[in-house]
Amino acid sequence: MGYLLLAPEMLLTVLGIVVLALGLILPQRGKKVTGAVAMIGTLGILVVVFWQFGYEAEFFQGVYGIDAYSHFFRVLFLSAALIIFAMAGNYLHLFSERQSEWYSLMLFATLGMIIMASSGDLITLYVGMELMTISFYILSAYLLDDGRSAEAGLKYLILGALSSAVMLFGISLIYASSGSTVFAVVYQTLQAQVVTQPVLIAGIILLIAGFAFKIALVPFHMWAPDIYQGAPTPVTAYLAVGSKAAAFAALLRILVTALPAAHYNWTMLLAILAAVTIITGNLIALAQRNVKRLLAYSSIAQAGYILVGLAASNVYGFKGVLFYAMLYVFSNIGAFAVATLVETQSGSSDFDAFSGLAKRAPMLAAIMTICMLSLAGIPPMAGFAGKFYLFSGAIQSGYLWLAFIGLIMSMVSVYYYLNVSRLMYIGKSSEQSVPVPAMARVALLVCLVGTLIIGIYPQPLSQFAEIAIQVLY
Amino acid sequence: MSGMIINDLVFVAVAGFTLLSALGMVLSRNIVHSALALILTFLGVAALFFNLGAGFLGLVQILVYAGAISVLIIFAIMLVMHSEPARTNLFNTSLGTHLAGAYIAALLTLSLSLAIWFSELPQIKGKTVEDAVGMLAQLFMGNYVIAFEAAAVLLLVSVVGAIILARGAKQS
Repeated sequence: MGYLLLAPEMLLTVLGIVVLALGLILPQRGKKVTGAVAMIGTLGILVVVFWQFGYEAEFFQGVYGIDAYSHFFRVLFLSAALIIFAMAGNYLHLFSERQSEWYSLMLFATLGMIIMASSGDLITLYVGMELMTISFYILSAYLLDDGRSAEAGLKYLILGALSSAVMLFGISLIYASSGSTVFAVVYQTLQAQVVTQPVLIAGIILLIAGFAFKIALVPFHMWAPDIYQGAPTPVTAYLAVGSKAAAFAALLRILVTALPAAHYNWTMLLAILAAVTIITGNLIALAQRNVKRLLAYSSIAQAGYILVGLAASNVYGFKGVLFYAMLYVFSNIGAFAVATLVETQSGSSDFDAFSGLAKRAPMLAAIMTICMLSLAGIPPMAGFAGKFYLFSGAIQSGYLWLAFIGLIMSMVSVYYYLNVSRLMYIGKSSEQSVPVPAMARVALLVCLVGTLIIGIYPQPLSQFAEIAIQVLY
Repeated sequence: MSGMIINDLVFVAVAGFTLLSALGMVLSRNIVHSALALILTFLGVAALFFNLGAGFLGLVQILVYAGAISVLIIFAIMLVMHSEPARTNLFNTSLGTHLAGAYIAALLTLSLSLAIWFSELPQIKGKTVEDAVGMLAQLFMGNYVIAFEAAAVLLLVSVVGAIILARGAKQS
């Protein structure tokens, strides 16, 4: 297939530019078309990706590679973007005439994520990551009237630039000790020499710190709650799902294909980070009174669970990482979609706005509950299967204590997830109903069906993840 | 051997100059002084490039950063500034944060320099390339074409973002 394998990247770039241009050309009333164009285009690119399944190629001497692993994450990012486009719907009225630019920035952020997941070289990876992050700086500040949103954008910009600097320093140290930025070459060089060099270890630590910021692992999580709360809710959903999955995808590829020789240097580090993240995220989430902030802390904890699979560093754990990242798309975006709809109607995402939601909009309350149960890891929802893979990977690698912490903290998390459900079902209700546009209805159904089907019948996704992970070995 | 020593001396001098001007940029209370110190930092980085034998990169650094970007920054300061320039960089004055920051900075510097000091880095004999610009171009359009194109998209994104954020909410 040759360079045609890069078609999704190219099409995504073209789509982003077309949407941007349409927003400029079309008169004010015709601008609604741009949303439809973005959605149909993303769907088309998703079809192209499915059509490319099974084809593999390496480009530019290992600098970029399309394999089953890239396919997996392309599907993940594109479907996440598609569901968010569909569920955003009426919320976008808050952006007044800047809607087409919003779609285009979201598409470019997706492009950055796809480049991160497929690049086999630290420089290309870094540029992809900056493309994603800079799009998110702007998207977080997109509610220009809202001081919180502006604060979120500015905070993310400053802290993001700092974390980029840390990561670049790490990259330069890895380059210094191996003489290359291409993963395959780094791997070969490190095989041949002693890997206990302090400078290499320092490089790996700084690199992991850079990624930990993007994933919002404790102690690099300080930015997350403020930005998740301040940013427009659909952007928060994408930030929580897409940007995290992209950072995990890139980190996993680096650790497995470039740095397995330094294996003993990073697994313990990741295990400790995972434990601290799970504990802190869950405990702070207990005290939250705002649904967006609650989801922010819960997503910090979720990132900790995924990191357990990375720390396990066996096929089972890695498979769990991919599996969980995919089901997280459905469960988390489902929860955020309900939050978006409620916020569009009531203008607030505090607990009070969700009170008695079951009487006003029974379907929304049910979907929120199911998604949150999935995030808590209750069977038969998808989250249970995902946590099963992650924790059994950890146990196989001898991290029994880590799996134990994960299990206990999952139980703790049930409390705050169900607290929201309690409020929705037995809280006092106002009489206002919550309007659900048709597209948002489709998005909600997709999230619901995805969460349930992956939980009841995890086999296909598990196989997909296994095929994807085998490529790296 | 003496060539080596002179090279090292030049490096230490240039690096010290760059670090000092960077510090001046961060610590200055007047934002205009910060901008001027930033230009000196850019020039220092350019000198580092020259010292490494990367003449083209050094020139680009001077042209783009020390030239164009610093002029832009100063213009932006001129257009935006309303108050007295003497107190435009805000500082956190509490001693605790200063001490904590200094402690973390010292710790990082110390551990990283120790890590570098105790490592044996593989020495790659510096290859002198005849046509450095041509080689750079080949890398941009060859192996690194995806990063190159992604950087182009990134610039588009930042232009769009800058316009959106600068226009503000009022006109919309």
